[in-house]
Amino acid sequence: MTIAISAEHISKSYRLGAIGGRTLAADLNRWWAQVRGKPNPHTKIGGSDHGNRSGEYIWALRDVHFQISQGQSVGIIGRNGAGKSTLLKLLSRVTAPTTGVIKMHGRIASLLEVGTGFHPELTGRENIFLNGAILGMHRAEIRRKLDEIIDFSGVEKFIDTPVKRYSSGMYVRLAFAVAAHLETEILIVDEVLAVGDADFQKKCLGKMDDVSKHGRTVLFVSHNMGMINSLCGRCILLNKGGITMDGDVATAINHYYGDGIDTPYSVNFSGHDRTIGDAYATLLEAHIENENGTPAGEIDIRSPFFVKMRYTIRQDIHFEPIPNFHFYNSLGQCVFISSTKQPVVSPMAGTYEATCVVPGYLLNDETYLIGLALTFVHSGVHVSFFEQSALAVIIRDPIEETIDQERNGYSGPIPGAIRPKLKWEVKKIL
Amino acid sequence: MPPSNNQENWTMIIRPRRGWFELNLKELWRARELVFLFFWRDFVSIYKQTILGPLWFLIQPILTTITFTIVFGRIAKLPTDGLPTFLFYMAGTVLWSYFAESVNKTATTFISNESLFGKAYFPRLAVPFSILLSNLFTFAIQFLLFLAFLLYFRLSGASVRPNLWILLLPVLLLLMAGMGLGFGIIVSALTTRYRDLRFLVTFGVQLLMYTTPVIYPLSSVPEAYKPLLLANPLAAVIETFRYAFLGVGTLNGWALLYSAAFTTVLVMIGILLFNRVEATFMDTV
Repeated sequence: MTIAISAEHISKSYRLGAIGGRTLAADLNRWWAQVRGKPNPHTKIGGSDHGNRSGEYIWALRDVHFQISQGQSVGIIGRNGAGKSTLLKLLSRVTAPTTGVIKMHGRIASLLEVGTGFHPELTGRENIFLNGAILGMHRAEIRRKLDEIIDFSGVEKFIDTPVKRYSSGMYVRLAFAVAAHLETEILIVDEVLAVGDADFQKKCLGKMDDVSKHGRTVLFVSHNMGMINSLCGRCILLNKGGITMDGDVATAINHYYGDGIDTPYSVNFSGHDRTIGDAYATLLEAHIENENGTPAGEIDIRSPFFVKMRYTIRQDIHFEPIPNFHFYNSLGQCVFISSTKQPVVSPMAGTYEATCVVPGYLLNDETYLIGLALTFVHSGVHVSFFEQSALAVIIRDPIEETIDQERNGYSGPIPGAIRPKLKWEVKKIL
Repeated sequence: MPPSNNQENWTMIIRPRRGWFELNLKELWRARELVFLFFWRDFVSIYKQTILGPLWFLIQPILTTITFTIVFGRIAKLPTDGLPTFLFYMAGTVLWSYFAESVNKTATTFISNESLFGKAYFPRLAVPFSILLSNLFTFAIQFLLFLAFLLYFRLSGASVRPNLWILLLPVLLLLMAGMGLGFGIIVSALTTRYRDLRFLVTFGVQLLMYTTPVIYPLSSVPEAYKPLLLANPLAAVIETFRYAFLGVGTLNGWALLYSAAFTTVLVMIGILLFNRVEATFMDTV
């Protein structure tokens, strides 16, 4: 079997704050200060002036090693910041690795963007040539396929109109039409299908599927697991600059959703060696239930779900316990905290169950970690227990079903810590 | 069967650092289509949509020439080798601005094409070469204007004598283009490390003009300073240009040869430097 791509221990580091470059003036200042025996004027106060500055570098990729055989279609998935874009940039030669070597066999084209180099003043036809050439196509090759490209784009009527007069839909269609006709042996595709309408996306997907069946090697990055699943036979999961998983698609996707961490949707603390809590209260167990009352780790983005926690109040206290849940996203950011006041009853000691209903259409499609806490506000704040990241809930957005209604025809990733459904009003006023 | 690792027929090998002399000439040659397309793009965006675009290229040299004529000719009374002051300054301005524009524009190659370079790989040198081509077109327009004035002055009896040396024009242009490219890409390569360098470029080019016989003839320079002035490789080109079209000036074969040698070395250094930073400049821009 021939290897199409061999990435050998590649790493990439970036200098923190290097964007914008250094200035000659600053370097000269530094040099002049050194000559006079003065401290570096550009060192931060309180910071030490160490020579190697290794602390200023971050590793976007670290020792990534894989081989892809000719004809394979491989999906690359991972959370934001996992190193996907860096890997693509290295493979596309936009930048070079810090260490390691990449070897490729065959002509390569990469699509990091649709319509790279499109100029608004040029006509559709002229842009086909320009964009094609930037992507590495020869003039003769473009000319040979021109009719096919124009036909595929569906904008033949306006092909001699400057693209600045195109609607954004037409623009994307034209741009993708060029890309879809690349004939290289290796194709690297970034999240470019996240644009355009659903019908056209299907057409493009069909074309890409065609392409991968013709013995071509395709590397495909997407947040859309449906696409990865239908297009790829192998999947590489990146996390924090390294490969966490390299294997079959289903396993990788499962890992992706679970983030590789075994955070469960149901936990029981009663069998623990250590008790979680204090003299006032202890945590017993907690779990997530779907709207039917069944414990579940995956929740449809449209459905409500329950977060339940059981705990014991150990004394007859006369102030109100406040159970509260802390929701964190996968970046570790606190998305929200929700709490309630438990009424004081007599006798207070006993076992309680607190349920929080999280409505549908509130969270985004990602994994949230839930921290469980019980506090009292009694001469200051008293925390009986706060178990961080105790539960995980995976919110899933079945794009096939939500594409028309909830996503308005858009299939790409929708950023945001939450994705609430809000009330809108659009009316004609003039 | 697991893929074997001893495969040798790689099409491409990407390494952390490119060697100094690792120039992919085949790839560069293939990029010529791209050079033309970039040129075409710039041409269309300037000329297709606006009337003022091309007009500006005519107004610019005329205004510069008029200013020079008044300031240096009338007020400072600099000698012009006995040539009509207007033609003298225009000849200098037109050729000089080809060089100046080429340096200024190629110097920002990486910075102004950041978004394009960040999304696709193609030999980056295609961009500076296309700039030379665009500027050559602008030069052609301004040169025609100059010829029109030349004709007008000659018909009205001024003592200008275009001669066979005009056949050297392609060589002169090549030298100007080469120096424009050389200086420009060296600066563009250095701006990936030092961003503030690009502010120095416009300024530097301006200063360079005063050390080049653009607004004064070489013959008016005291003998003691002449070698110093001729050390400027642009001097001979401007002087030869003026001699060829106006019939007066200093013609010095050795100086011209020196310019040619300088240009060759400059372009070579430029390309090697550019080629070396090209691979990783995206990290710092």
